[in-house]
Amino acid sequence: MTTDVITRPARTPVGGGPPPGQARRPALDALDRLESEAIHILRDVAGHAARPALLYSGGKDSAVLLHIARKAFWPAPVPFPLLHVDTGHNFPDVIAYRDAQAAAIGADLLVARVEDSIARGTVRLARATDSRNAAQAVTLLEAIEEHGFDALFGGARRDEEKSRAKERIVSHRDSFGQWNPKAQRPELWNLYNARVQPGEHVRVFPLSNWTERDVWSYIAREAIPLPAIYFAHPRAVVRRGGLLVPVTDLTPPLPGETVETLSVRFRTVGDITCTCPVASTATDLAAIIDETDLADVSERGATRLDDQASEAAMERRKREGYF
Amino acid sequence: MTVGSAPSLLRFVTAGSVDDGKSTLIGRLLYDAKGLMRDQVRALGQGRNRTEPDEGDLDLALVTDGLEAEREQGITIDVAYRYFATPNRSFIIADAPGHEQYTRNLVTAASTADVVVVLVDAARTQGKPLKIQTRRHMTLAHMLGLTIVVAVNKMDAVGWSKSVFEDLASKARHLARALGAEPHAIVPISAKAGDNVVERRGTDAWYAGPTLMDVLETVPALDLAARGPLRMPVQRVAVQDGRRLYQGRVESGLVRVGDPVVVAPSRRTSTVAAIETFDGPLGVAVAGQSVSLVLADDLDVARGDLLAAPGVPLAHAVVADLCWLDETPWRPGTKYLLKQGAATSQARIDAIVHVRDVAGLSEARPADGLSLNDIAQVRLKAGMPLLADRFEDVPAVGGFVLIDPLTNQTAAAGMIQAAA
Repeated sequence: MTTDVITRPARTPVGGGPPPGQARRPALDALDRLESEAIHILRDVAGHAARPALLYSGGKDSAVLLHIARKAFWPAPVPFPLLHVDTGHNFPDVIAYRDAQAAAIGADLLVARVEDSIARGTVRLARATDSRNAAQAVTLLEAIEEHGFDALFGGARRDEEKSRAKERIVSHRDSFGQWNPKAQRPELWNLYNARVQPGEHVRVFPLSNWTERDVWSYIAREAIPLPAIYFAHPRAVVRRGGLLVPVTDLTPPLPGETVETLSVRFRTVGDITCTCPVASTATDLAAIIDETDLADVSERGATRLDDQASEAAMERRKREGYF
Repeated sequence: MTVGSAPSLLRFVTAGSVDDGKSTLIGRLLYDAKGLMRDQVRALGQGRNRTEPDEGDLDLALVTDGLEAEREQGITIDVAYRYFATPNRSFIIADAPGHEQYTRNLVTAASTADVVVVLVDAARTQGKPLKIQTRRHMTLAHMLGLTIVVAVNKMDAVGWSKSVFEDLASKARHLARALGAEPHAIVPISAKAGDNVVERRGTDAWYAGPTLMDVLETVPALDLAARGPLRMPVQRVAVQDGRRLYQGRVESGLVRVGDPVVVAPSRRTSTVAAIETFDGPLGVAVAGQSVSLVLADDLDVARGDLLAAPGVPLAHAVVADLCWLDETPWRPGTKYLLKQGAATSQARIDAIVHVRDVAGLSEARPADGLSLNDIAQVRLKAGMPLLADRFEDVPAVGGFVLIDPLTNQTAAAGMIQAAA
């Protein structure tokens, strides 16, 4: 009744050269393609969502995402607000950068404070100095509900961590903000399904396919400014569990630990109580890219106290609404 | 923008039945190609001590089985994406699940891949027909236009028997040919032992062919989009100084200033007055570039429309291959949302032409229903004219998804075969 032969595309290998008589086409390099993919995702979801927002911490990944959002919507301004979930435990330099960048492009910056969730009683910590990193999920979900956001763009990458490697580019969250990793929607080609029921939302990751090296290379190519703590600087640290823990009011040295001043930089920036720098002498982007090529420990493995607690730490937090 | 000097990118997906060794193969590729960091290798050691484990103690499947349920059950549920590079090429690997229940996740992974590596378990398949999931996966991968590479795995468990390899290679080739394909390569390996994956070792004297990595580093990456006719779905419209800028990504072909374009579905025509970007105007934009086009005439163009080269095929009804991906079966008469490019319209399946019999391959069975994992050909009618590009000619726009408007689930993936 029908043929069982499925005809297939007549494929043409790349690099075969243009057909005779046709001018050579400009070729896109890997960063061009990653940027264009991110623009496509931003435009697609922003066109569908009623109330999107972009998660913006002042960290390098969100700096790249904001830069690309400006390109995506130009000549129009970025058509949604920026949202920062602020643990109150920040590197001052990063907060100053966050505010300056948002002001420079005239973006609407919303700050949701874990402090306020603590005051409301929706976040309870055993001790005031405990890491507020996991508590961010509660504050984020409260902000989503307050503002009625139905799509949140984030700078997370699949190369960061094993459960992130499993996530769709457009990832559904139920009305409790939960991710169900065992029942993700199929995601075909570049056709994204951002449809939600009232109270639900999607998390959208336009940088899913970027690696740490891609991010640094793009920052260098586009001359994107960053907070100074991303570059090598002297800092008081202690050695703990294979990491360099910065000495701050919130993270004092433990008995028996020796405080040293080392040349360090941050590969990733988050809550001050769980983000560690790496030993580095890289004071510019070219040197950071060289160090990235030689790194033999992953970005989160080298820098995050919170992920070391258990193999599934990130997945559990994500299921509960963490980004 | 540079002119083609960067090492090329290959996206590939592993496929095959449960326990054929897909995750172990990816762990092996990453481990042997030095694509893993020290902390990631430590996490693969059994007993999870903090010292550097010996290679023999590594559970390589844990590289990609990143979900708790996967580690508990020892299976892969959803796709994991991994990134690594050799001096010759960059790779994005998608590790897809083998269980029939999770076929939709294989389809997700395959839709963005260039090449599929289909694993066949030499130890358990010798002397038997290829498993049903092997058949299903190769069928789906071929429908999605992927180049097929076959890896006959666990060759160490059959003593590197030449006759076992040749028997399975012949069955795999027969299956591919029944689908209208020819495997690019068929390679014997042992992923667990690391034989003939990255390192040429362990193989018997009779095998003189390439390692799997040799194949992956040299198989052509395909860029059909660059050669097709211009297709640019309009994602947004911006206004600047009275000019309207139509924003989207060139999904196929190229566009130059001065080129004639047709707006679909209205079929109005104009010419390209300017190609704008944040970084400045361009004279030409090619497939893969996100740009803003300005037209010479003041036309009504909105999000969901398409800018195309003259001669664009439009049709209210199409015949399409369909993979049903939802646990909720097709409800006859129901209107689904059809997403194609930047457009979403209502659509209804009018008739099932056939449902493919995956086991027999050669016979298609008639059916009046569609349920999870069915591969079918259907006739479909839409509320607005669809772009009727055949998937095999213009994959970037010949593919669509059906979304269940009640549940918002992505219910089916479709590939247009013809206007009806």
